[in-house]
Parts: sequence; structure tokens; C-alpha cells
Amino acid sequence: MQMADAAHPISHAAVPHGDAHGHGHHPNLEHHFDSLTQQFDAGKLGMWLFLATEVLLFGGLFCAYAIFRRNHPEVFMYAHQYLDTTWGAINTVVLLVSSFTMAWAVTASQRGQRNLTSLLLALTFLGGVGFMVIKAIEYQHKFHDGLMWGTHYDPSKHGHGHGEGHGAAAHGAAAAAGHAAAGDGRGGAAESHAAGAAASAGAAGDHGASAAHPEATTSVHAPETPGQGASAAAADADVPPERAPLEPSQVALAPSGPAGLHVGGHDLHGPRPDNVHWFFGVYFTMTGLHGLHVLAGMAVIGWLFVRSVRGDFSADYFTPVDLGGLYWHLVDLIWIFLFPLLYLIH
Amino acid sequence: MSSLNPAAAGPLVGAPATDNYLTHSRGFWSWAATLDHKRIGVMYLVGIFTMFLVGGLFAVLLRSVLLTPDAAAGGVKTIVDANMYNRFFTLHGAVMVFIVIIPGIPAALGNFVLPLMLGAKDVAFPRLNLCSFYLWLIGTGMALSSLYWGGVDTGWTFYTPYSTKVGSSGAFGGVVPVVAGAFVLGFSSIFTGLNFIVTIHKLRPPGMTWFRMPLFLWGTYATAVIQVLATPVLGITLLLLLAERLLGIGFFDSELGGDPVLFQHFFWFYSHPAVYIMILPAMGVMSELISVFSHKHIFGYKFIAFSSVAIAILGFLVWGHHMFTSGQSELLGVIFSAITFSIAIPSAVKMFNWLTTLYKGSIDFKAPMCYALSFMWIFGIGGLTGLFLGMMGLDQHLHDTYFVVAHFHYVMAGTIFVFFGAIHYWWPKMTGRMYDEGSAVLASILMFIGFNLTFFVQFMMGTRGMPRRYYEYRPEFQMGHVISSIGSYVMLAAVLLLIYTMIRSLRSGRPAPANPWGAGSMEWQCASPPPHDNFKTPPPVVDAYDYESLEWDERVGGYVHRGRRGGPAAAH
Repeated sequence: MQMADAAHPISHAAVPHGDAHGHGHHPNLEHHFDSLTQQFDAGKLGMWLFLATEVLLFGGLFCAYAIFRRNHPEVFMYAHQYLDTTWGAINTVVLLVSSFTMAWAVTASQRGQRNLTSLLLALTFLGGVGFMVIKAIEYQHKFHDGLMWGTHYDPSKHGHGHGEGHGAAAHGAAAAAGHAAAGDGRGGAAESHAAGAAASAGAAGDHGASAAHPEATTSVHAPETPGQGASAAAADADVPPERAPLEPSQVALAPSGPAGLHVGGHDLHGPRPDNVHWFFGVYFTMTGLHGLHVLAGMAVIGWLFVRSVRGDFSADYFTPVDLGGLYWHLVDLIWIFLFPLLYLIH
Repeated sequence: MSSLNPAAAGPLVGAPATDNYLTHSRGFWSWAATLDHKRIGVMYLVGIFTMFLVGGLFAVLLRSVLLTPDAAAGGVKTIVDANMYNRFFTLHGAVMVFIVIIPGIPAALGNFVLPLMLGAKDVAFPRLNLCSFYLWLIGTGMALSSLYWGGVDTGWTFYTPYSTKVGSSGAFGGVVPVVAGAFVLGFSSIFTGLNFIVTIHKLRPPGMTWFRMPLFLWGTYATAVIQVLATPVLGITLLLLLAERLLGIGFFDSELGGDPVLFQHFFWFYSHPAVYIMILPAMGVMSELISVFSHKHIFGYKFIAFSSVAIAILGFLVWGHHMFTSGQSELLGVIFSAITFSIAIPSAVKMFNWLTTLYKGSIDFKAPMCYALSFMWIFGIGGLTGLFLGMMGLDQHLHDTYFVVAHFHYVMAGTIFVFFGAIHYWWPKMTGRMYDEGSAVLASILMFIGFNLTFFVQFMMGTRGMPRRYYEYRPEFQMGHVISSIGSYVMLAAVLLLIYTMIRSLRSGRPAPANPWGAGSMEWQCASPPPHDNFKTPPPVVDAYDYESLEWDERVGGYVHRGRRGGPAAAH
């Protein structure tokens, strides 16, 4: 092992022999260790154990994922198409590159290259920043579109949201009157629904409105101009959804037929199954917990950067960089599992 | 060198004037910011014992409420209403499990003893150790703050959907602080376990091989493995519970298509191994106590060592036996039932080894031994009634009755008995003072009587259908409840006597010799109390259960190594 090789000679050089009382140790050697090697090995074992606990922490979520997906594959097949694979792929690359710079930083610190270590740590930190920014963009889209968990899942918004956002002409809500085809401008490509499908889409899209205020649906949502209808519906959608309107029978959207919606270039085939919110619950807990770990990792790397600039590390003593690196790699590794499990399922 | 064998150096013994870990530095911060495992252990001990009193107080209140069957019968029921009763039993359970028993032996006594037994200067990560103590404090504070937020009445298991829906003050309620507190306590537990594993792996001095380690270290090691591997699952479970309650995530909510039984799986995946987190260190202490106070080499060392590991592994595979009535599949039930039975084997291995150690030993009925023998009785009953509950058919009848309550108290409170025994055993080492044997033994006997009075009758009530956690009950159960409550008062008296004994020891106890019991493990080779950095040079590693080489030395009032008496160490 390279690290053990690097640490071994130091321990002999740095610890004065014959000093049983522990004075004059290497400044980074704590009093209860005999040698830097022992200290390094202990730190490394401790970090691996900690990583094991992290894996188990996420293990619970992976377990929940497996159970929900096994019981209801249709939810995952349907809902994952709302995730943006492009952003996900970019984020994967960002994290992999940051893992590379981190690994390089560990090597540099083992060689005592202080400036290079600092630079690489800074780059790794920036990778973390990039990842979180992209994640924030993705989250914002999801929030905007009501693609959220449990009680906050609001299927009406991802109709409205994209329609407005991309300036598409018509809106599903307009079709609540039961007439002309309504365009749903997801992904910039306005596409017409079959009238019947759009009608039910509109009705379900108005979720609370259709369920809780049936009169409102028919009277208010039959305006002359579709734009007003859309904004009225959007205003409706801003009302915090109550639990009742979200019951499966009411949220169930059953536009049979090839009423394909376009989301980010993906075709959404088939009807929306019940309990789509599970997928987003899983998505947000897994990526959210992972995001917290990225933030924690960034804090660690920021601290390592400060210490590196200060000159704490040398070829004699690089344990914190090594351990911080291990942690960062684990955070990356978890994402490597999250990305295909959430974004790339077929 | 006298430092090799402080017991031999007569003038040093019990002289508080010499530098030890208690006198090494002074002032509040020398304790609050200490990195010394011994001081952290002592702080843990004080904290955990205090919380034991709090949890015990809840229990005595509960028992008092249950003296009379219902409000119509008058009496104490009017003191505490049903809602308050629910909060009390919940807090009693949560405090005793998460705050007292789980950290009890490992964090308080393990912290103090483990590095000494190993011959190390400290645990591997002293700062993490201190951090773990403060996490314990914070978690405890959070859990207790639930009283202010309206209390929590879910029981310590936090079963969904009740725990996610019901609360006295809206979404927050008392559930959130308790669950968040348990999460923080989990981290405290993980860090302790991690520290111990690394310490045992990396800080063993030369000559201290795995099979020379005292069995307490094997027990602690097996415990630490469970702490590290099971607690994160509790962490994520509690996080999901919080997400469910605060954000409405719906995983455990059948209204949103979620699965409440999933919560039970998650919860017991941790909480069954947690039972072994509680019992394994106690079993480790037992192996020390039984051997030392029989003055006889432990029987079947390797079997005891490996049975700890076997229990740790099997303990991960039995969680489903808590859910025989929760609608899990029959096949799953059969498998869990079978593994549950098989875990009796390593437990029985320990029991038989202790019995065999006692056989033809020269048994010394000191207070620690009285607690140890009590444990054998209590754990025997607790373990065997566990087999009743592991039977799928019988469990249908006994599930959620007093039988279950009695069973797990016979197991978990068995740990408390060993905890008390261990406090007495290591008390001279920790404080440098002896305690009064007479009142300590009396307390242990009272404790034993009180405990059996309280809980044995609950087996009978349970088989006759008395459900657990009920505030009111049918009048025919009153006799049982009264006996049970009287038992709890006897235990209260025992604990008060124990406290009195210990305070008197601190004030006027005779100075302790290095090795008052004639124990062979390494912590008895340094002075009582130990010096700040334990061993200037690692002491020679000897067989921890070899009592042949020890003899009583009147001059120091304790045991010394034969041949090293009154002079420089002849051996080694």
C-alpha cells in the first residue's frame, strides 16, 4: 500500500526512541498512539466504519425504493420520465470529476505538494457547488410543477406550469368546457390532446377544483380565452391541496389512448397510475439526503482547504485529506447508484 | 519498576495525594472539555444514573396509578389522568431504552474500563468520545423537552400511523422532539461503538491477542458491531417518520398508499438488535463477575467469546418475531420463529459456562456477585419466556399482554442488575474508595425480591389476558397489580439504599487497594483510581482469569501478584 509505505518511515523517524513519556513526539501524533502509522490506521478504520454506517443509512432508503418499485413498477415507469436525464447526467459527470480531483488531492498531499493540494481541494469544492446548483435547478422545476411528495403532490401544476413556462398557447383547463383540443406545451412542443382525453385531463388537472368545487369547474373554467382559464386554474392550483382531493379515484387520470405528453423530449405513454407521489417521495428523500451529504462533504473539503493553505499537511501527515477523500468518494458512489435507479429506469 | 505493579508499592495504595485522573486537573472545564476516557465514563455514569432515576420515577408513578382498576374505584387514578398515564409509560420506555440501558454499560462503564482492560492509554478517538457524550446530553434534553411540547403517548415504538397523525399540539406535538432526540442518541451510540471497535482493533498492546482479551471486551466488541450496523437503520427510520409527520411524505401512511407495516419492519430491524446492544455488554460483565467472585478460571472462554459474536449476528435476523400479528406472511413468520429459537443456543452456552464456572468455585457473596447471581435467575426466566413468545401460535394469544411486558423486563432489567453489579465491581477503581459491603448486599437482595415481586405476577396476568399499556382494567386483575406495585416500591427502596451506600462510600469509604477483588484483568494492575494516562508503559499481558498467581496481601488490603509482593517485580 502506498499510504502505509508513506507513513511507515515517518513513524520511525518522527518518534524519538526510548522516550516512554511521550514528550517530543511528532506534533500531529496524539498521546495515546505509539506511532503515526498506528494513528493513521486507526483513523482509516474509523472512517471505513463510519462509511459503513452511511451505507446502511441509505440502505434503508434503497430498501424502501425496492419495496415500492416491486409493488408498483408502473408508478416508477410513469413518473421517472419527469426527471431530467440531461441534468442528471451532467451532475454525474460533475461529481465524477470532483472525485477525480479529490483523489488527485490526496496523492498530492501525500507527496507534500501543498499548493497543488490546495488547488485540487478548491476544484473539488467547486464540483460540489456545481452539483448543488444543478440540483437546485432541478428541484425548482419540480416544485414549480407540483411534482412533489405525498400530500404536496399536485398533478395539476405540471400541466399548467410547463404550459405557461414555455409560452404554449392553450391549456388543459380550457378543455374543461368539453370542447376543442387543448395544447399542452410541455417541453416547448405544444401537442394536442384528443378532446375526450383532454377533458378528463382538465378535470383531473383541476384536482381540487373538480373534486371540491364541481360548480366552479364548469362555470369559472369556461372562459372565452384559454389564457384566462389557465391563470384561473393556476390560481386554483395555488390553493394548498387538501387530502381528500388527492384520493386515488379523484387524481386518477385515465386518458386512454395515445395522448402523449411531451416532457423534456420524452414521451409519456399510458395513463397516470395511482400514487405517483411515491416516486417523488422516494426521489426527494434519496436525493435530499444525498444533497445533505454533499453539503457535509463540502464543509469537510472547505475545512481541509483552509488547513492545506495554512500548511498543516505534509508528506508526514495527510490523514485528514485521506479520510475526507474517502468520505467524498462515498458521496459520489451513492449518487452513482441514485442516478440510474431514479433517472434511467426502463 | 513499581509502575508495572502499583499494587506492590504499598505507600501508593489509596493515597489520594498522588496524581490520579480525578486530581490531575481541576475546575469545571477540566471535566466538561476532558478527553480522558475515564472522566467521560464518569460523566456518562452520573448522567445515565440520573436518567435511570427519572425513568424509574415514571415507572413508580405508573405502578401507583395501576393500584386501582378504574376511576370508579376511586383512589390514585384521579392523580394522573389517562392521557398523562400514556405519556408516562411512553417516556418510561423511551428513557429506559434509548437513554439508560443502551448506553448504560458500554458508554459509562465500557468507556472507563475498556482502555484499561486492554492496556491502552485511551480510546482511539477521544474527541469523538466526548462528542458522543454531548450528543447523549442533547438527545436526552430533546427527548425530555417533549413534556413541554405536550408529551408523547405513542409508546416507545412510535408505531405509525398513530405517531404521524396524533399529537397534542398539531404537527409538531411531542413526537417530533422525542424522535429527533432518539435520532441524536443513535449517533451518540454509533460513535461509541465505532470508537470501541477501532480501539480493540488498533490499540491492543503487544501480547494482547484476541483470545487473551477479557470477555467483557468480547461482549463490548460484539455490541459495538451491532451499534455500528443497526443504528443507522434506526436513523433513517426516524428521519422518514419525521418527514412523514412534518412534510407528509406518505411512505407509512395507508391513506396515501403507504405501508404502516413497513415502519414496523424498519423499526424492529434496529430495535431487535438493540435488545442485544443492551444484553451483550451485560453478559460480558457477567463473565468477569462470575469468574472473579468464584476465584476460578472462566470455563469455556472461546465458547463464551464466540457466542457473543453469534448472538450479534443472529440478532439481526429475528426482527420479524415482533410482527407475528401484524400481517406478515406465514412463511416469513416461520423463518423468524425458527431463527428466534436458534438464538437461544448461544445464550444458553453462556449460561451453562457461567454455571460450570461456579461449580466447585470458592464463591464470594460480595455485592457484585449477588447481582450477577440475580441476573442468572432473571435472565434465565427472561430468556425462556422469550421462547414462548417466539412461537407463532402462542404469540397470537400473548402478544401485547403483560406477559410480553414481564418478558422484556426480565431481559432488559436483567441488564440493569448487571449494571448495578458492575458499578459495585468497578467502584473502587473509579473512586478509589471501598463501599460498605453489608448495605450493598442488602440493597441487591431487596432489588431481587422487589423485581420478582413486580414482574413475575405479570406473567400470570398476561396469560389471563391483561393487555399491556392499559390505564383501566377489570377488577379480577387488581390483586396482581397490587402485588406488582408493591414490588416496585421495594425496588425503589433498594435503589435508594444503593444511592445511600455509594454516597457514604464517597464520603467515608476506606481507600481502595489496586486489586480489592483478586481479579486478573489489567485494569486492576494500575492504582485505584488510575493515573491520568493509565499505564506509563504497557503492563505485561497475563491470562485475565488466572487467579493462582494472586494472593491476599494484608499490608495493602488487596490482592497482589505472587512473587511480586513487597518488592520489585520478580516475574517478567
